[in-house]
Amino acid sequence: MSTRSVSLDYRCLPWLFATALATTAPHVLHQPIWLTLVAGAIFAYAVWLWTRNQRLPGRWPMIALALLACAGVALEFRALLGRDAGVSLLVLFMLLKLLELRSQRDAMVLITLGYFLLLTHYFYSQSIATGLWLLATMVLVTATLIRLNGGPASRPLATLRYAGVLTLQALPLMLILYLLFPRISGPLWGLPQDAHKARSGLSEQMSPGSIASLALSSEIAFRVRFKTEIPPRNKLYWRGPVMDYFDGRTWRPGVSATRAPEIQALSPAISYESTIEANQQRWLLALDAPSPELKEFAIKSTLTVTAPQSINQRTRFSLLAVSDYRFNVDEATAVLQQNLALPEQLNPRSRELARSWRKASADPLLTVNKALNFFSEEAFIYTLEPPLLGENAIDDFLFQTRRGFCEHYAAAFVVLMRAAGIPARVVAGYQGGERNPIDGFLIVRQSDAHAWAEVWLAGRGWIRVDPTAAVSPNRVEGGIVSALPLGEPLPPLLTVRSEWIRGLRYRWEAINNAWNQQVLGYNPERQREFLQRLGLAAPDWQSLTAILAAVIATLMLAISAWTLYQRPRTDPLQRLWQQALRRLARRQIHCAPWETPLALQRRITASDPQLAILFAAVVESYLANRYSARPGDLRQLREAIAKLP
Amino acid sequence: MTLLATLKQRLFRWQSDGTAPFQLTQRRIFIVPTRAGLLFALTLVAMYTGAINYSLALGHALVFFLCGLALIGMNHTFRNLFALWITPGRATPVFAGEIAYFPLTLRNERKTMRLGLTLQIDDNPAVSTQIAAEGIAQVAIPLATLRRGWLTLPRVRLSTVYPLGLLYAWSYLQPEMRCLVYPRAIHLPLPPEQSLAQAGEHDGAGGDDDFAGFRDRQPADSPRHVAWKASARDGGQRPLLIKQFAGGSARELQLDWALTADAGDNERRLAIMTGWVLAAESAAAGYALRLPGSDIPSGRGAAHRTRCLEALALFKP
Repeated sequence: MSTRSVSLDYRCLPWLFATALATTAPHVLHQPIWLTLVAGAIFAYAVWLWTRNQRLPGRWPMIALALLACAGVALEFRALLGRDAGVSLLVLFMLLKLLELRSQRDAMVLITLGYFLLLTHYFYSQSIATGLWLLATMVLVTATLIRLNGGPASRPLATLRYAGVLTLQALPLMLILYLLFPRISGPLWGLPQDAHKARSGLSEQMSPGSIASLALSSEIAFRVRFKTEIPPRNKLYWRGPVMDYFDGRTWRPGVSATRAPEIQALSPAISYESTIEANQQRWLLALDAPSPELKEFAIKSTLTVTAPQSINQRTRFSLLAVSDYRFNVDEATAVLQQNLALPEQLNPRSRELARSWRKASADPLLTVNKALNFFSEEAFIYTLEPPLLGENAIDDFLFQTRRGFCEHYAAAFVVLMRAAGIPARVVAGYQGGERNPIDGFLIVRQSDAHAWAEVWLAGRGWIRVDPTAAVSPNRVEGGIVSALPLGEPLPPLLTVRSEWIRGLRYRWEAINNAWNQQVLGYNPERQREFLQRLGLAAPDWQSLTAILAAVIATLMLAISAWTLYQRPRTDPLQRLWQQALRRLARRQIHCAPWETPLALQRRITASDPQLAILFAAVVESYLANRYSARPGDLRQLREAIAKLP
Repeated sequence: MTLLATLKQRLFRWQSDGTAPFQLTQRRIFIVPTRAGLLFALTLVAMYTGAINYSLALGHALVFFLCGLALIGMNHTFRNLFALWITPGRATPVFAGEIAYFPLTLRNERKTMRLGLTLQIDDNPAVSTQIAAEGIAQVAIPLATLRRGWLTLPRVRLSTVYPLGLLYAWSYLQPEMRCLVYPRAIHLPLPPEQSLAQAGEHDGAGGDDDFAGFRDRQPADSPRHVAWKASARDGGQRPLLIKQFAGGSARELQLDWALTADAGDNERRLAIMTGWVLAAESAAAGYALRLPGSDIPSGRGAAHRTRCLEALALFKP
């Protein structure tokens, strides 16, 4: 209604340029380079046209440009509707709109697009820094909006300040809506293929080097909060995929049995809460072993706990574990057979060695110990940079190179066991973790990724054996940094030994964790908990909406009262005069807006001479105070007013 | 009155605001979303869907922030009009067909500026203004004139979309103001000057020839007629004096209604006479105006001209 065909004030343009730049610039970090170059060129062209006061391109060139942009994006992403393609299109359209700024309405469209673009940044990051940067951008976009509607009289600083004031006033409303607005858990419909980018983490197969590559990342895999004391480090085995099929090089999960695992708890359950970063996998990396009381999640026959869907975003799970347990004392024969299989012809020396051990003793436990002694007594080295292995990888490793990371030891150990006739398999997951003293969370990083072995002994079930511990006991007791010799290419953040920097890192991670847990993790369940703490047990959305409306209305009233409240004029003389007029009004004598004191006095003289005498004193004193060169005190006037009837 | 009109009258309280200054109260300020506001709302819905679908916690926060911003914006748009003082002024007469300007004084008692105010009468051109903190702004609202006579100021819409452009707040002002519209002038040659004898009773009033004494200067008198020497006596304490002359009646112009008898309808006759008054004034001749029912003796100067034009404007045959 108001923006109809009103031509744009060209002095607004720097604001609009700034808005377009600020809302699109962070996308430079993840969009293809050609797109950044094209966007930059369009922006530069728009600014050049403005500085030279040139005509904007006509309608057909714009349509051609828009089609070209679509074609470019379609070629790059092979789609127009995916997440990344959509974001790129929005960025290009935002900049193309700069070439089309003719009317006020165009500018409003640009600003609305700018607000929308702010949302797209959260696809890529929701960190504190992103939040702050976008808050600043939001103030800028709002300032642009204000400038656009304020006309030429608005000054830049005042406009920015006003935008800041509006932002500050909008924040409490945002907070209330964030806490109370009925939350819906997404997604509402199928997401595009690229909705969640693959992120680093454990994979479902293991070959030499696959875990060592994770050790180079100090990224956080998950955070755990124990309700009680954190168990000792050598008990912190977080189970991921279990792999029992071996092709000579790569380990994969075999055909999984359908029956439920049989867990006997020998110690009380430990309750903990794990917040897992998005990893596109389903396993919950539960602490060994999951308690039989854990009913919310599916537990595979290999003891791996899985979520109903793959974890596409940081999610919190409540879990239970038992540290002493017996697992599948009665195992299916088919499973045991599968865990004895080895590829024929490969690794003849290893098989020979294992068979010799087995001949020496019938007790499988002794064979296990022999293998572990072999690792600890021979000159094995624990390193992130093992040499390449040939076709008979296990033979090469055991008898020649003898340098390897945990996946080498686990794989070699399992091959030895199987050759000796003991059912064995590889388990991948994480081991250990680091306690953040600031918030008490246990942080498990990608660098804590680990692989170990599991053997099945009659009457004992599956038991965990960690051959890495035999080679390098420090890996299990002190973590990877203490286990590896100096000079290994570990990420700098991990190797810092300065207490001060480490304390800073703990603090920063604790802040990030609080942000993740309290702000980003506020989901429908958290909302229910919060409302319950407020005394609203299981509110339905109607009552929630009613409460929300009431709170918002109260807040709006408060803000209105505050912004509309006008301080009364502080002129005491004026107040006294008004007081005198109120006294006259009681006698039905009203002073007209144009009537001077003397005129009023004359009018009263005509109608009520007695009152006029009293009123004359008021008028005289008032005029003396108001207009004389040396205003006297107000006492006289007060007395005169007091004498009025 | 139709039902709709009655409803509007009830809703918007169309009533005169009188001639005194008045203040805008919350009861007469209305607010609706603009088109841009509707677009913004649609965008918010789209953003909210996106935030749910991708489970973006900060996306939720952004959408809720923008909701809050729009709500706060409502408050601020309203506040831009609220408690504004409006003082009606006096409109200068114009000729029919010209644009009449109705001056209003807007006073802002607040310590912040009020920007982006628009005043408009129906579909006439709008005027935009802003008022400094604790300041005043003078605006003249344009209104096209068609007919001679008194033109009453219709309802004026005072509106604003400031600060966010998402909401449109408006208030109807109806101060009691009117503007005198003179007839449209048709320029024809002046009628011949008439002799004194023919004019009869117009005997020697205010000619240019023979000195007949002094009188006090009126604002309408030309500075050329000021008797500077006489005025300067007594130390310049007295008002300026004008030399008065007698005679010259023979060159006096009689602008008589009867002279336009064969020109056509009344409005055309009035238009011709208006043109004559303007021509006679610039021809520096004294002139008298005779209309049925009013008779303005011969004279000249701005005051005389105004008097003649007023008579023509308000003439009722």
